[in-house]
Amino acid sequence: MIPFDYQRAEDTRSAVATVTARPGAAFLGAGTNLVDHLKLGVAAPDLLVDVSHLPFDMIEPLAGGGVRIGATVRNSDLAVDPVIRQRYPMVSAALLSGASGQLRNVATTAGNLMQRTRCPYFQDVTTPCNKRRPGSGCSALEGYHRDHAILGASRHCVAVHPSDLAVALTALGAVVQVEGVKGARSIPIIDLYRLPDDAPQHDTVLEHGELITAVDLPALPMATRSTYRKVRDRASYAFALVSVAAAVDVERGTVRDVRVALGGVAHKPWRARRAEEALRGAPATDDAFRAAAEAELAGARPLRDNAFKVPMARNTIVATLRELTRREEP
Amino acid sequence: MDVEIGLRVDGEPHRLVVDTRTTLLDAMRERLGITSPKKGCDHGQCGACTVLLDGRRATTCLALAVAHDGAEIVTAAGLADGERLHPIQQALLDHDGLQCGYCTPGQVCSAVGMLAEAEAGWPSHVTADLSGAVELTDEEIAERMSGNLCRCGAYANIVAAIREAVR
Amino acid sequence: MTGLIEPKSIGAPLERLEGHAKVTGTAPYAAEHLAADTAHLHPVQATVARGRITGMDTTAAEALDGVLAVLTPGNAPRLAPGDDPELAVLASDEVAYRGQIIAAAVAETTEIARQAADLVRVSYAELPHDVELRADSAGLYAPEVVNPTYPTDTTEGDPDGALAAAAVTVDRTYTTPMEHNNPMEPHATVALWARDTLTLYESTQWPHGVRDTIARLFGLATDQVRVIAPYVGGGFGSKTIHANTVLAAMGARAVPGRPVSFALTRQQMFSLVGYRTPTIQRIRLGAGADGRLTAIAHDVVEQTARLKEFAEQTAVATRSMYAAPNRRTTHRLAALDVPAPTWMRAPGECPGMFALECAMDEMAIACGLDPIEFRVRNEPEIDPETGLPFSSRNLIRCLREGADRFGWRRRDPTPGVRREDGWLLGTGVAASTFPVFRLPGSAATVRRLAGGRYRVQIDAVDIGTGAWTSLAQIAADALDVPPDAVDLRIGDSALPPGSVAGGSSGTTSWGSAIVDAARTFREKFPDPEEGDEAGGATPDNPDLERFAMHAYGAQFAAVRVHADTGEVRVPRMLGVFAAGRIINPRTARSQFIGGMTMGLSMALHEDSVMDVRFGQVANHDFAGYHIASNADVRSIDAIWIEEEDPHVNPMGSKGIGEIGIVGAAAAVANAAYHATGVRVRDLPLTPEKFLR
Repeated sequence: MIPFDYQRAEDTRSAVATVTARPGAAFLGAGTNLVDHLKLGVAAPDLLVDVSHLPFDMIEPLAGGGVRIGATVRNSDLAVDPVIRQRYPMVSAALLSGASGQLRNVATTAGNLMQRTRCPYFQDVTTPCNKRRPGSGCSALEGYHRDHAILGASRHCVAVHPSDLAVALTALGAVVQVEGVKGARSIPIIDLYRLPDDAPQHDTVLEHGELITAVDLPALPMATRSTYRKVRDRASYAFALVSVAAAVDVERGTVRDVRVALGGVAHKPWRARRAEEALRGAPATDDAFRAAAEAELAGARPLRDNAFKVPMARNTIVATLRELTRREEP
Repeated sequence: MDVEIGLRVDGEPHRLVVDTRTTLLDAMRERLGITSPKKGCDHGQCGACTVLLDGRRATTCLALAVAHDGAEIVTAAGLADGERLHPIQQALLDHDGLQCGYCTPGQVCSAVGMLAEAEAGWPSHVTADLSGAVELTDEEIAERMSGNLCRCGAYANIVAAIREAVR
Repeated sequence: MTGLIEPKSIGAPLERLEGHAKVTGTAPYAAEHLAADTAHLHPVQATVARGRITGMDTTAAEALDGVLAVLTPGNAPRLAPGDDPELAVLASDEVAYRGQIIAAAVAETTEIARQAADLVRVSYAELPHDVELRADSAGLYAPEVVNPTYPTDTTEGDPDGALAAAAVTVDRTYTTPMEHNNPMEPHATVALWARDTLTLYESTQWPHGVRDTIARLFGLATDQVRVIAPYVGGGFGSKTIHANTVLAAMGARAVPGRPVSFALTRQQMFSLVGYRTPTIQRIRLGAGADGRLTAIAHDVVEQTARLKEFAEQTAVATRSMYAAPNRRTTHRLAALDVPAPTWMRAPGECPGMFALECAMDEMAIACGLDPIEFRVRNEPEIDPETGLPFSSRNLIRCLREGADRFGWRRRDPTPGVRREDGWLLGTGVAASTFPVFRLPGSAATVRRLAGGRYRVQIDAVDIGTGAWTSLAQIAADALDVPPDAVDLRIGDSALPPGSVAGGSSGTTSWGSAIVDAARTFREKFPDPEEGDEAGGATPDNPDLERFAMHAYGAQFAAVRVHADTGEVRVPRMLGVFAAGRIINPRTARSQFIGGMTMGLSMALHEDSVMDVRFGQVANHDFAGYHIASNADVRSIDAIWIEEEDPHVNPMGSKGIGEIGIVGAAAAVANAAYHATGVRVRDLPLTPEKFLR
């Protein structure tokens, strides 16, 4: 761990300006992932700008029926917020399935979205990793990759994104509000995250110095019937092998609309658009769910030791949709 | 870079100089000699360093001390009133919810924080109805305490102790 | 054996004497003995699996403000030659395994020490390495003995012939992965070298052993070294002595007069303090149509380090478990470029009984018999291995008692037919066993204090077992006083010697020494006065030659496997044990369920994945290496049956620290088969193994 300077941000503008102007600077939220990386040598900033005290700790209604979640809202507070619980249960469920109570109490919304892969090679500076050191190679490709990607990976990187929250937000079509030196911009979360391609060092499209200030949830009435199913090795306190965030609107046995996103399968939270398309207008039956899941997973390219994720993802999609639609029927 | 900060731990105010790299955990253990919070993994993966930080349970190994200037911390040592133990601590003794004892102060703080969360109606991963009332079943206690690993395998007794203390 | 002492305090569920200190966090563990001037050490570890260091540049590290010393093979003190190559720290340029300590920085703070260690630049001449255990690994060899001194191979009768002639056979291979002990307290030392004496606050299972080893390596008299370990945050076999302790002493020698603290990181624990070897076990069973075993063959392949041999006694339990006229056990080792394996809770019995007890389940099914009835039919009358009678053996009582309490008799043996809310349900059983070990070399003193109290001193150590409390109870009964009249002193090498807290031998070995000291005291001082003192030692037990001594148990598990996802959960476990007289029911139950919980963890989660290219465990932290969390453990209980055994020791007790893990994983795997119809023979039982 190399020494670094520390500043507590006075306001967003100066924080963004400071970090943008200094290539070695980084934003500090709660630190639940960054401090990991400092200790391991994965990150070596020369300045931390602490943004955890900026006034982004509110959950507020948006005109048009949506909800704005401030960037520094703690995971626990977001999960237990009455509006979130009632209108976006998949968000609460995703958060509550992540980490532990004592981590959720400090971890922030933006920090959760910006956390980095738990690929063991990324976290071990003694092994090659293109995400950590571009051009050094991907150790996971031929190594230990049971937890790794089956969709959208490249030969440069097969890591998966670890966030549960981001999967739910991706299913909902949330929009991330970002502040930069050139001003503010809104980025649909689906566009925030990147596939690895040949530049896996970039998890997101954010530029150095850009700061997430809020996440906007759309008014999506069907989300009141949504859920998040996480499959993992341990019953608790473990990252996903596969997870599914889903919301479904069924009328008289037919799917009117549906949202599905997958976690644990790709470099980014994976919006299952093919499955959604296959399901719209289809009967709400196991067969239709299975066909939709298979349509989504047709493009899966598993590695030597994670082919199980394909049937696991398929079965979990089916089980989650079955559970939601069964619940919906009176 | 060295920075002077203030911490209040178990009611005692402290001024101390820390390296910006120093975690809250190391600040307590190595600078202040407050060793009730334990270091089991140093990466938020075991819960042994759990304290009540500004009123909530939190891991301290991933918190930079410099970012917590002025924080109010309660450790397991501070939960006891001299010889009089906190009910959770007494229940852990009664149910032998400890063996080697290394994870125990973290379990204590986590349990105290967890009970306040449940009291406030916070649901958990295993709560069937996210908007409903919270009943602290064994399953709920176990899920909510899963951020505190115990290698001796005292979980069953820890759950029994908390169940008893709640009653 | 001389007579049993009269149990008064023994058998009482005393609360842990150190409990108050532990629940408040005020019990000081090794790394917590810090002074204002304590310096901190951080090691540099090899990043190749095999080779030679060709260059080491410490300039930047040494130049760093706050660095007190940088230790390298070039400047480290020469150690006396020892019998443990793992402890030859910084003795040469050779790298025998990845992660080996090759240098270290001592600095004013942990942050600076870590930064300095990172600044040491190392170049290597790398050599090809082999770190992968395979059934056909090149150079498999038979060690001279397996741990601690068992024959490597045994044969009786004609197992091959009997197998060929058997009406029913099972021939299966079971594997267990590399597992790491991972006590919650990382290994730690605070070392102070002052005025020709070395004091170590040490997280160890054996203060006396550490003292003797360190004294020998550093050329000191044993009374120049003192090892203090009042509280130890678990060990499970990994806290004997490893390179980290030697390095801490070296660090202290580099800054005389200043304490040096060296606490391992969790990551470092995956290469520096041992692990349980992976095993590949072929089991062949032959039985007649009557369900009586005619042959048992257990052939084990496992690993050791090229640097140092460690031969896990995996098939040893099989030698005494069941009656069969034709028997064979073998152990073969692959010597790899890896750190040496070490003791891990029930070494030998734990992995070996996983294989045997799964095979017994498969054989029971093949014979069309209930697995309990099948075991009853194959119960030996005498120890099949030694021909000696058992001092006591109550396996069948454990199985039957457990069957009653668990509801086994209502069980439909058909696999894969019980379903509830998308989960497949099943139950399983396995037998458990652990030998009664008595280690030599313990001594104790008893001294009369004012007010009718007694100081009892022995360098025993409590690693979470409850020794603080149970030894006080034993001393109380041996002195015929209440336990609060005993002022027990343990965990300090300045006390009379104690053997290692391992092999479930502590209570037998230390307790026997305390009883001996108390008896001597009472004979010598019929009317004791303050200051009277007597000593005693663990006596030899002539009954060891006349009886086979083991504890037994029965493990029951209920398992749910999710039909869609393959997730495995264990809603219920019950262990029934026969382990002699129980000294303290409260702490004993914790020992049993603690072992069972670790067995559950082994069954479902634990797997150190060796990256064969780099020669290191890829998932080397607590996020990657899963141990069971609270939510993984639901209803879990342990009970025991009354067992009088006058032969084992004067307390009538057998060790209980390890038996709880033995057979637990087999019970879970057998239950998972019953739930799903899928027989998984390779641990751990991760979801993909049940996915269809």
